[in-house]
Amino acid sequence: MNIEQFLLMRHELLLVITALILIVAEIFVADKTKIIPLGVGLFFVNLVIGFLPAQTGTLFGGMFHNTDMTIMMKNVLNIGTFIVILQSAAWLKKPENHDKLAEFIALLISTLVGMQFMISSGDFLMFYIGLETATIPVAALAAFERIRNRSAEAGVKLILSSALSSGVLLYGLSMIYGTTGSIYFDAVALAFTGTQLQTLAFIYFLAGMAFKISLVPFHLWAADVYEGAPINVTSYLSVVSKGAAVFILTILLFTVFSKIVAMWQNVLYTLAVLTMTVGNLFALRQKNIKRFLAFSSIAQAGFILLGMMGANELGSATVVYFVLIYIFSNLSAFGVATLISNNSGKENIDEYNGFYSTNPGLSLIMLLALFSLAGIPPVAGFFAKFFLFTAAASAGYYWLVFIAVINATISLFYYLLVVKAMFINKNDNPIAPITIDIYSKVGLILAAVGLVVTGLWSDVFEVIRGLSFGIN
Amino acid sequence: MIEGIPLHYFLVLSTLMFFIGVYGFIVRKNLITILMSIELILNSVNINFVAFNKFLYPDQLQGMFFTIFVVAIAAAEASVAIAIIINIYRRIGNINVEEIAELKH
Repeated sequence: MNIEQFLLMRHELLLVITALILIVAEIFVADKTKIIPLGVGLFFVNLVIGFLPAQTGTLFGGMFHNTDMTIMMKNVLNIGTFIVILQSAAWLKKPENHDKLAEFIALLISTLVGMQFMISSGDFLMFYIGLETATIPVAALAAFERIRNRSAEAGVKLILSSALSSGVLLYGLSMIYGTTGSIYFDAVALAFTGTQLQTLAFIYFLAGMAFKISLVPFHLWAADVYEGAPINVTSYLSVVSKGAAVFILTILLFTVFSKIVAMWQNVLYTLAVLTMTVGNLFALRQKNIKRFLAFSSIAQAGFILLGMMGANELGSATVVYFVLIYIFSNLSAFGVATLISNNSGKENIDEYNGFYSTNPGLSLIMLLALFSLAGIPPVAGFFAKFFLFTAAASAGYYWLVFIAVINATISLFYYLLVVKAMFINKNDNPIAPITIDIYSKVGLILAAVGLVVTGLWSDVFEVIRGLSFGIN
Repeated sequence: MIEGIPLHYFLVLSTLMFFIGVYGFIVRKNLITILMSIELILNSVNINFVAFNKFLYPDQLQGMFFTIFVVAIAAAEASVAIAIIINIYRRIGNINVEEIAELKH
């Protein structure tokens, strides 16, 4: 093996180097806040290099493989993480966070490395290592604010439930190994014909993955963790972590489990209906903005399943496209919520009353984001949902699309409740005008521009469509 | 000696361990005991992998390798979990799950 082959792992290697530089820099830099521009700059370089043309191929006897589609997925995750780092800068600059500033960015990057290895994995061992590398640091991040009880509680809930879900997933993997005799994806795909034991193994596997994507009935950890964790970690969990799990599940369903496609379509049907409906109904009654966005993101995960169920090239393309747009819309919403939370400590939707009168710019971005999440035409979210529905309809799931449309309508109601609070409800004592620091400003502008551009500029979808894969 | 014991003995053992672990995870109230239940689950997986490798595919080592990595990652997971639990003990003075219920819907 020569050195050029290692460049196949360019994304991952660069991220590891970035994380190491940040940890070392913390020792030598006296003024800790200087680490923020360093981290942002290095990550921006990463992001740009990620978009340069890259080779495809396999490494380590098939354990690691890179295709054009996995590179695209990694770039999508890079964009999300970049925006999260920008948005967390203001929070990190607070004096109580100075001593752990470099660790925050380094941990964030190391989870991203895990996700990228997971997406590129060619066998179940690499997949499992990537999955755990992506999960364990997030628990440390959720428990990051050591002085707050809620943060510690969120951390312990996250690590225990994710450890249980990994255990269930591994039990399924052990049975897959026992029945097929291999852990390599291509060998398993050939031998996986859907005998009864294999079906059981697949159910265990899917239950473990459903934990990570927080599909109903495996969602109970999500709302608590999302509420207790620091808000920047919440936005990372609900966007980048979930996106990575969705990507790898799509890849595995389409390649390894392609012979039992009729079976998993039925399972996903049930999960999709449950997830959309329960997520929406719980979102209706939430008062806290983080819990509200948590349940809204559970409901959105139900919509993503529609794209997977298409089980064709359109399906995989729409899943990636939806996640890209979901990153922009959710990070816009979280960006505004982060600013409000950091400046005034307010996290209840009632307290947003009259927000438009004092902060018109921020409330417009929030409006755009919520419209996109609800799927209202001029914004990107509409196209994303429309393509997802098209993918499900192309596989003949008309009733499912019908249920999804009803759910999209219900979701419009609660998204509009927040809009109503900001724009219409009167408040004698609204949130004071917020001064936005440069990092948050860039982060919000990136997210909001992405929101509009990915929807209106059709090349984005065409590029993803060109890389898509289906079941042969 | 392992030669005298058929494969299904190992599978029954690992299945029992798995479900004892799941039961313990749900029923136990102490965070450390919950962590021990998770270790039971992970070790049942290890038994499965090693037994399948030994009995069904003795000419290769994939199952054994998987086991080594599962052990290593379980250690990492436990260390982070225990760090968080210690922090909870310092904050709340208790590691009973029923006392750690500030976040509820």
